[in-house]
Amino acid sequence: MTTAHGVHGGHGGHGGAGGGAVADLLGWAPLGAVLAGALGGYVWAALRARRTARGWSAWRTASFAAGVALLAAAALPAAAQAAHADPRGHVLQHLAVGMYAPTALVMAAPVTLALRTLPPAGRRRLARLLSGRVPHVLGHPVAALALDTGGLYLVHLTPLYAAAQAHPGVHALVHAHYLAAGCLFAWAVAGPDPAPRRPGTGVRLGALFAAAAAHAVLAKLLYAHPHLWPPGATANGADAAVLMYYGGDGAELLLAVALFAAWYRRRGRAPGRYAAPAPAGP
Amino acid sequence: MAPPAAAPRFGRSLGAAALIGAALMAGVDEIVFHQVLGWHHFYDRATPAVGLLSDGLLHAAELIALVAGFFLAADLYRRGELHGPAVRAGALLGLGGFQLFDGVVDHKLLRLHQIRYGVDPLPYDLAWNGAALVLLAAGGALLWRARRAGSGRPR
Repeated sequence: MTTAHGVHGGHGGHGGAGGGAVADLLGWAPLGAVLAGALGGYVWAALRARRTARGWSAWRTASFAAGVALLAAAALPAAAQAAHADPRGHVLQHLAVGMYAPTALVMAAPVTLALRTLPPAGRRRLARLLSGRVPHVLGHPVAALALDTGGLYLVHLTPLYAAAQAHPGVHALVHAHYLAAGCLFAWAVAGPDPAPRRPGTGVRLGALFAAAAAHAVLAKLLYAHPHLWPPGATANGADAAVLMYYGGDGAELLLAVALFAAWYRRRGRAPGRYAAPAPAGP
Repeated sequence: MAPPAAAPRFGRSLGAAALIGAALMAGVDEIVFHQVLGWHHFYDRATPAVGLLSDGLLHAAELIALVAGFFLAADLYRRGELHGPAVRAGALLGLGGFQLFDGVVDHKLLRLHQIRYGVDPLPYDLAWNGAALVLLAAGGALLWRARRAGSGRPR
């Protein structure tokens, strides 16, 4: 609601910028309203959780706000136009929507927050939903890897990219998939939320390694073969590929740190494991 | 809550430091030779497909090795199990090991890229791999000394 108003007010000052810009901003407004609603809901729940004895970390709230802000920025009409005209813009959108925003949202532990603040009936429903078969299968790091990295390869190595350029509906679906698969992957690999029967650190680390490697290989492949970019988008293809290669590193580092930090905390809580006599050195 | 002083773990300290050393050398390669000097190329037209695959695997391994090494070392430190001489030896072995691997496998066998273009690569290759051997020799010497000093004490 506020966002939609802000958009109108902000645009009024420019005057005569063209009807297309107004229509673009109006097109952005529903998504902006959804994002503002999500942020509002999270902050409301976080404020409630802060009043309890266990509290709620301000870092988690900041992480959620950062994720929402990234999504809002990536969806702005100016960003969408840049992404349409230039593969570098497309890569920035892919990094923001598919990697950085999901990491920020997942690190905000929204499921934990919901479990803490929902009324008992809702809490039971959510817990039942999470322990079901579908979250277990989809939430496995290998399944999440297939959906996330598989989707990325599909977009770049098939005519799907060109189709998304041509049809706004396909474009929206591709980005919805980037976001959903990115969240699923971050959640499966390093999510702070409780996940029943989540595989051990080794499996999750393996999935992160495979995803990081596949991302780097795809970036170099796109560099080596610029014709893989859709026609008309090959001009800055090499720069876009370099951006993709190094841009992915930051998100992968964040996930690796989250994964190992959780391992470090768990080990600190389990003193029995290092009380065993050390084996003789080699 | 501090754990009782445990016996330093030689092998684990060596391994954690070697991971950090190798990842740091990879980072230096990426930052200094690719970005600052601009000598290395992102991709070389002579690179075979298997080179692209191995580059991706190596890039991912560097990233994870850096984080893993720091957390493994932090865990050992927290328990008083970090072995100082083993850490120094491991770091040098990691630095030199990556340098040699990069110089032989990446530059020569997989032909990902050369050290510098437009010049005769031979002196560069010699300096590159020579530096790697110096680092490895220094690490090996520290390792030998640490092992010898360690074997005299009850562990």
